Amino acid sequence: MTQTAPAGIVRRKGLRHRLMRILLFAVLGVFCLYYLLPLFIMMATSLKSLDEIRTGTLVSLPRQITFDAWLKAWGSACVGVRCDGLKPYIWNSVLMVVPAVAISTALGAVNGYALTKWRFPGANTIFALMLFGAFIPFQVVLLPMARTLGVLGLAGSVSGLILVHTVYGLAFTTLFFRNFFMGVSDGIVQAAKIDGAGFFGIFSQIVLPMALPAIVVTVIWQFTQIWNDFLFGVAFTVGDSNPVTVALNNVVNTSTGVKEYNVDMAAAIITALPTLLVYVLAGKYFVRGLAAGAVKG
Amino acid sequence: MASIRLDKVWKKFGTTEVIKGIDMSIREGEFIVLVGPSGCGKSTLLNLIAGLETLSGGGIFIGGDLVNDIPPKDRDIAMVFQSYALYPTKSVRDNMSFGMVTRHVPQGEQAAALAEVAELLHIETLLDRKPGQLSGGQRQRVAMGRALVRKPAVFLFDEPLSNLDAKLRIEMRTEIKRLHQRLGKTIVYVTHDQIEAMTLASRIAVMDNGHVRQFGSPEDIYERPVDLFVAGFIGSPSMNLFKGRVTEQSGLRLQVEDPAGVVHFPIPKNLQDAASPFLGRELILGLRPEAMVREGAHRPGSETFSFDRMIDVVEPTGPDTMLVFTLGGIEAIGRVDPQDKVSVGTKFRFEVDMSRAKMFDPATGLHL
Repeated sequence: MTQTAPAGIVRRKGLRHRLMRILLFAVLGVFCLYYLLPLFIMMATSLKSLDEIRTGTLVSLPRQITFDAWLKAWGSACVGVRCDGLKPYIWNSVLMVVPAVAISTALGAVNGYALTKWRFPGANTIFALMLFGAFIPFQVVLLPMARTLGVLGLAGSVSGLILVHTVYGLAFTTLFFRNFFMGVSDGIVQAAKIDGAGFFGIFSQIVLPMALPAIVVTVIWQFTQIWNDFLFGVAFTVGDSNPVTVALNNVVNTSTGVKEYNVDMAAAIITALPTLLVYVLAGKYFVRGLAAGAVKG
Repeated sequence: MASIRLDKVWKKFGTTEVIKGIDMSIREGEFIVLVGPSGCGKSTLLNLIAGLETLSGGGIFIGGDLVNDIPPKDRDIAMVFQSYALYPTKSVRDNMSFGMVTRHVPQGEQAAALAEVAELLHIETLLDRKPGQLSGGQRQRVAMGRALVRKPAVFLFDEPLSNLDAKLRIEMRTEIKRLHQRLGKTIVYVTHDQIEAMTLASRIAVMDNGHVRQFGSPEDIYERPVDLFVAGFIGSPSMNLFKGRVTEQSGLRLQVEDPAGVVHFPIPKNLQDAASPFLGRELILGLRPEAMVREGAHRPGSETFSFDRMIDVVEPTGPDTMLVFTLGGIEAIGRVDPQDKVSVGTKFRFEVDMSRAKMFDPATGLHL
């Protein structure tokens, strides 16, 4: 794709068409506001003091900007009886998300490669069954998974959560890589076979380097899913091993004392920040990767 | 270098039979072209020789050894793919040396082989580029280079020129032929382009529907097609096939009729005996376009015969002009000198060299 100036769009002239265009952009503007307003209110509220929140209105800008709420959310807010803020739980989430994303992405890549480039009898059936996993609701697997983790001795630990997310993510990662590799010419793999490379040789030296867009998409997807997960976190971890999403819930839903809206908002933004950051850094690849494989050629 | 022998080779995909018992002996250093329409099984046959598909029956021998259960990498072959199949993330240099790296060829040997082939194909300046930065013709050269560096016993080409534009295709065709003359390696080359087949091959195998219809030199295939399929497939424009009845009229003649009148083609002398049992029955007369020219244009001494027909379409190609007319219910083409062209709708007197005519039995499709 080359970056050329957009070619002129041919359209009718006249008052009616002008009005329609104005209306169109007005509607788009309203949608934009609708999406951005919550973020604005969260940011504004997190920078206000509690007094200002009580006396001012919801949408007003902070009169005096203070980062106290952010500092408290990060380091000293009470999660249950422990008052260390979100910091330790962020660390839990990182310890969980990095291996879970890495393992599920790596396995998905091998699966997708084997399913498309080393076609064996029943490959389509196996893929269909794996895809089925993507449609199983979280709630259905809760009890069997809890039992499995218990048997494996991983109940209530971050390692257990890593296993759950890896298994649950495989359906998605396999789907992404399979679709990407469908668009890769079989000739390349055949050429590599004649050149003398084997299953893993072709994978690591030829196929995987080509799959960078698919890797980026899968990593972003898995990172977002796993980081944002609440249900598995709350079901399979206890207290100190909670991921940050569960800790956030515990901060916000505390029933004692004054409701500190500014701290709640700051904590919510802190929790959401890593996924936002990943989108900003790799979003370009994300769109490109989603489109890859959609069109052959 | 190695010979190749196919012994009753069968290939089925599920219940579909793609290759139906092919026997073929390829001598060392021959340039064999497999040609046929889409879906005739030519690429599958090539993949079977390469080891990229498993056999359903029969045997394949390379250099005298049965290779049915030998994986592609151990067959001492190299292949050039239609899509080039270059590794997009590797430089040209790494693309070409990948096969040597996986075989643990010493560095020095690798560099020497690479330099030699790069010079042979004039791609020295491209070695550090990625395939995405190359033009179609350059990619084609790199794909060939990747096959050449390993110095295999057999080269397999799968429609290597079909993605190139017309001019480049003709250049590369000549280059491939020159390479073969220089290296003298056994080559099996798949194409659907019968001109490529004619120009390159030492022998052509014309394939149809999983069978080899005819296996012979280009001249054999062109001048002595064994059946209607080969006659119709090879040659461009293709051979005119007129259906007519054999009659006796001062010698055997073939009577071709249509609303515009009757034409009595004299059956050529060498085919009279074979045609005589068909007296009163139908036969098919095959005449190549170049066998039908302006009256008086044939070399003297040939068995000439003339007839008139109205011209429907005139197609100048430059060196020749095609005159399209209707005879016996088919659209026929005569290939005349551009100076002999006439305008559409006028009568033209064609002269046919009957010694170049082919005769086919309509029931079996075989040449008499």
